[in-house]
Amino acid sequence: MNDAALERLREAITEPDLSGTRFSVLSVAGRGGMGTVYVAEDSALSRKVALKVLESSSELLQREARVLAGLEHPGIVPVHDSGTLPDGRAWYAMKLVQGERLDEALRRPLGLSERLRIFLQICETVAFAHARGVLHRDLKPQNIMIGSFGEVLVLDWGLARLPGDGDSGRVGTPGFAAPEADADDVYSLGAILNCMTPLPFAVQAIARKATAARSERYASVAALAADVSRFCEGAAVSAVPEGLWRKSARFLSRHRVAAGIVGAYLAGRGLIFFFTGR
Amino acid sequence: MNRILIGILVGGALGVLDGLTAWFTPEVRPMLAGIVAGSTVKGLVAGILIGLFARKVRNLSAVLIFGTCVGGLFALGIAVMQGGHYFAIILPGSLVGLLTGFATVRYGPAPQPSL
Repeated sequence: MNDAALERLREAITEPDLSGTRFSVLSVAGRGGMGTVYVAEDSALSRKVALKVLESSSELLQREARVLAGLEHPGIVPVHDSGTLPDGRAWYAMKLVQGERLDEALRRPLGLSERLRIFLQICETVAFAHARGVLHRDLKPQNIMIGSFGEVLVLDWGLARLPGDGDSGRVGTPGFAAPEADADDVYSLGAILNCMTPLPFAVQAIARKATAARSERYASVAALAADVSRFCEGAAVSAVPEGLWRKSARFLSRHRVAAGIVGAYLAGRGLIFFFTGR
Repeated sequence: MNRILIGILVGGALGVLDGLTAWFTPEVRPMLAGIVAGSTVKGLVAGILIGLFARKVRNLSAVLIFGTCVGGLFALGIAVMQGGHYFAIILPGSLVGLLTGFATVRYGPAPQPSL
């Protein structure tokens, strides 16, 4: 038996039995270490949905479904339904998002303003969750989806910590998880910002501050987002101590129209002075 | 911000600057305050006229030419009153008109289409 035949057999065995539900599997959207996401048809509403089935502990998936259901936000995929398969595996159905992951999107040349727009939307979603006491704890480009209308969605809340949860030890993805024992979404967001190269000096400084030692890091996601917003508006950012030279450069950049007109006048006046002596 | 207001602001600001450059001509330094005041008024009036013109005309080249001519004509009037320094007054005045015209078209709202 060749590899392709084995793979088909494995898919047939692991394909969820959804006979008692209104869903039927159409295809596999993706496989992860903990479960599989299928594209499924919702026969009641005649629409496609994403159906996540966990291979091992059903409690983890049900918990993720509850986290998502409790966070109603445009940046978080809404959950439609959840349940348990006859073989004991848990599943939940959510909105099927058409688009591409952030790590894929960043392979294309995106303008700085577009990259920062995406980043600020991620921050807004995470800050919303934090305001409700939920920490994502596994933020990385692979868990961010850019929808076909430019909407930004934060996925995979399976490792999220809810209010009242105890410390579950080190979690997250190396390179994006904070070095200290308890995960910090601010650090992960700084690591994501670092992936959005090339970045101007001030934004690099913001990313450095977000991934610095805990005591020097931004106190909250809102503070991090506020600094990025200030950069977008041409204002000073807290991550960069400004000297006179940098302050002047930022002032000229912010008022480049006025500076350009005055500069053009002075250049013209200088030429006239040079040739006429008056 | 409408085009007339942009014309007033840019024309006035460049008028002040234009007047201040008289400091580099030592023989007129004692009259600097009067020169700055006259140059500012000239810039403000030219700015109003250029803004009014730019409100009606979409074409950048036409506004630039109009601005240069208005700035130059006002400066010519002052040069005639001074009885000399024609180039030293007319050329910077024309430059003020040119830049004011550019600013009104580039940064003002698009003119309303006539019905």
